[in-house]
Amino acid sequence: MMGSENRGSDEAHLHAPKEEMEDLVLYGQLNGNTSYSNYRSAMSSLSDTTHPLSSSPSSSQIVSSAASATTTATTPADADPLFAPSPYLDLRNPSSAPDNSTYLDTPPYTDVAFSPFDAATAAEINGIESPGKSSDNTSSYSLSRSPSSSSEYLKITVSNPQKEQEGANSIVPGANTYVTYLIKTRTNIPDFGGSEFGVRRRFRDVVTLSDRLAESYRGFFIPPRPDKSVVESQVMQKQEFVEQRRVALEKYLRRLASHPVLKRSDELKVFLQVQGKLPLALTTDMASRMLDGAVKLPKQLFGESGAVLAPHEVVQPAKGGRDLLRLFKELKQSVANDWGASRPLVGEEDKEFLEKKVKMNELEQQLSNASQQAESLVKAQQDMGETLGELGLAFIKLTKFENEEALFSSQRVRAADMKSVATAAVKASRFYRELNAQTVKHLDTFHEYLGLMLAVNGAFSDRSSALLTVQTLLSELGSLQSRAEKLEVQSNKIFGGDKSRIRKLEELNETIRVTQDAKNVAIREYERIKENNRSELERLDNERHADFLNMLKGFVHNQVGYAEKIANVWSNVAEETSPYAKESP
Amino acid sequence: MITAQRSISGPSQSPRSPSSQPYLSVSVTDPVKLGNGVQAYISYRVITKTNFLEYQGPEKIVIRRYSDFVWLRDRLFEKYKGIFIPPLPEKSAVEKFRFSAEFIEMRRQALDVFVNRIASHHELQQSEDLRTFLQADEETMERLRFHETGIFKKKPADLMQIFKDVQSKVSDVVLGKEKPVDESNPEYEKLKHYIFELENHLAEAQKHAYRLVKRHRELGQSLADFGKAAKLLGASEGNALGKAFTELGVKSETLSIRLQKEAQQLLMNFEEPLKDYVRAVQSIKATIAERANAFRQQCELAETIKLKEINLDKLMLTRSDRVGEAEHEYNELKAEGEEATRRFETIVRRMNEEIVHFQEQKTTDMGVAFHEFAKGQARLANSIADAWRSLLPKLESCSPA
Repeated sequence: MMGSENRGSDEAHLHAPKEEMEDLVLYGQLNGNTSYSNYRSAMSSLSDTTHPLSSSPSSSQIVSSAASATTTATTPADADPLFAPSPYLDLRNPSSAPDNSTYLDTPPYTDVAFSPFDAATAAEINGIESPGKSSDNTSSYSLSRSPSSSSEYLKITVSNPQKEQEGANSIVPGANTYVTYLIKTRTNIPDFGGSEFGVRRRFRDVVTLSDRLAESYRGFFIPPRPDKSVVESQVMQKQEFVEQRRVALEKYLRRLASHPVLKRSDELKVFLQVQGKLPLALTTDMASRMLDGAVKLPKQLFGESGAVLAPHEVVQPAKGGRDLLRLFKELKQSVANDWGASRPLVGEEDKEFLEKKVKMNELEQQLSNASQQAESLVKAQQDMGETLGELGLAFIKLTKFENEEALFSSQRVRAADMKSVATAAVKASRFYRELNAQTVKHLDTFHEYLGLMLAVNGAFSDRSSALLTVQTLLSELGSLQSRAEKLEVQSNKIFGGDKSRIRKLEELNETIRVTQDAKNVAIREYERIKENNRSELERLDNERHADFLNMLKGFVHNQVGYAEKIANVWSNVAEETSPYAKESP
Repeated sequence: MITAQRSISGPSQSPRSPSSQPYLSVSVTDPVKLGNGVQAYISYRVITKTNFLEYQGPEKIVIRRYSDFVWLRDRLFEKYKGIFIPPLPEKSAVEKFRFSAEFIEMRRQALDVFVNRIASHHELQQSEDLRTFLQADEETMERLRFHETGIFKKKPADLMQIFKDVQSKVSDVVLGKEKPVDESNPEYEKLKHYIFELENHLAEAQKHAYRLVKRHRELGQSLADFGKAAKLLGASEGNALGKAFTELGVKSETLSIRLQKEAQQLLMNFEEPLKDYVRAVQSIKATIAERANAFRQQCELAETIKLKEINLDKLMLTRSDRVGEAEHEYNELKAEGEEATRRFETIVRRMNEEIVHFQEQKTTDMGVAFHEFAKGQARLANSIADAWRSLLPKLESCSPA
């Protein structure tokens, strides 16, 4: 596979108007002999973006399908005469053509009225298609995420993975090594206070960024970060794994950069700009959290200060470890909700939302299905191109053979006929591969949106956990208030008042006040999340409509364009061989 | 650029009625499946139209099955050494059980081509066995089929094995593993080498052609699945976009059917001719083996004759009473030797003629195959373009929500 280092530095030249996949895919096309690995990387990046809900089994499925695409790729690629030993078919490097080159005409690229590159430069990130005849239009597809109204951009690249070592002395050499990536940003957004900058980050930093965003932006459709994938890192070659991860990180950051709200987040700014150690609060590991929570629990159980949910805490969902008591309470509440023991004081009433939720589920199912079928379509096109190429090559060999051994003129005639068929087959093969490279990009929209469904589900669960918090607080408030009432009644019976009881009542009222504050905060938070959900759903609908439409247009234009080219190639051969048609009975 | 010509066939026999050209045309038609299970077979109607005098009339219809064709080929191979007997399609034991309509049709076509090649070959068309094949009633044919002696008693599958043995024997001879029976004919050596190499190249091309057929089927299948998924997505999306997806799905399914059809065309018009080419080359290899046999016989006999001559001289010198006997034997052997030489020379002569015709014929056959192939691919690509293109107006009219 192309060295990631190379790709990193070369990518710099391909920056400005190109979309992410183009760098991946078209760069591979520059060197004809990597167009196979370009399919592989396309396939593996396809697998990166699919994060179905039932993560483990299906993601391992996808890994294995990418892996099997890889393994099936290696053997034909090795034996694939179109790449290795006969570079005469690598028409971008005519200098490397050996003796067989005489059997081919001038590179078919010269025949091509357009090239994917031209279409790419023509189409801006805004996803506007270059209009015109279908034969000229293979609009390089891009997501419509960037607002078409403004001209602002935030362009991120991830490159140059390097091994670094944690800690100066380690007894075991090689311990505590990790990989950092160079993250370069180019932007004209004023908030960033700079137009070009770069930082080094490790994967752990990305996890931190993702967690902080999840906390701060509840209710938003936050793109899911790349997997930690421990298994993969063991199984794959180190270099491949690093490259796969680099690609995934780049995609992730670019998705963040195209989210209208998240791109302006402080967390992202800090991540992209601040040199040195990432100054975001580290995601603490589970153990220390548990410890933390265990320390707090006795206090909470005995009703000492801190037993109550501080208002600011309700803004976050109950986390394991820290908020054991709160967790218990909310669990009790959710069980009560489910079993209908008590009708929750506030329920999910928004009918529209519930309908939307159902629709989202359905959409997810259909996307998953469509995405699968898209993958197999891509494979079928790939195979077709390959076999056509192999057929062409076999006929080239035959042609050469007949010419060398010819004793009769009929043999030379046959050889000439064969040559034109072979040339056509090779051309058609190349067209199929180009077609496929574009198809991958277009149909990738399915994968993208499938990944987005995860974000949608996350946002919906933000909402339900916020609702649960509200419900819990409300019922707690209720029980606190009834306790207060009881206490008041009892203390009123005693003349002069019961000093301890009065004190207890005062404490209780204080607790009630704090709980009420918390409840109000929780309700506000819930409403805020609801609004985020709503606006995001609207954005999703609009963007999805635009993106899918673009995808369809791009896909169809592409198919038409290449089918026409292929038809042309074969029509010529049919024309050349038409004398035979008259002779046949 | 195209200079290939069809060789004109015509008998070189007794005068015809001046008003009509001599013709012998055969068609193999109407495949009918008969029998059950393992015994199942296909019978064909073989219709002969001719004005050859030796034939029983202007038209004759008989019923034949595959093994009858095999009988004919074997007889011709035995009697017309040196001529490249047209090849038969393989008797595939597996396909038999499936007997799909496409398979049957391809088989029928191949058999039709087989008989017509024989009928248009200037020597083979004179064959009595051909006349028998084209005219004898079914019982006679069956008797003949069963009562062949020697190797022809065996089932066709075994014949295939024998052919393969012949193949390996020939290659052994060529590679010099057996006692070399070298004709010391450099041109002939070149020809043999050419034939062997050619088979390899052709087999490879045929392999890829077959794969190409498969790819068409696979692409068709994936388009069908994709279309279905798109339709489902369209149904769930609703609105104009949903309709667009539905249309896409419908087109996709249409193209899927188109691709399956093209796959079948490809199989019949491109892969089959390549297979036929391979078979023809294998038939030539069998002829090469025959020539080697004939040559060896001739050499062996020549050796034996020499020895006998020496012996005879010795006997004559000693005035032995066995001279007469020896002389008789010697003369017999000499006659045999002349016979063997004549046979060998016939083979050589025939082969020289045949190779010219073979090359020309193959150029034509492949030219036709290439033409059909290119036409089919162009047609397919155009229908793909048309189908997708028809979607564009609808897509353009879909305004973003």
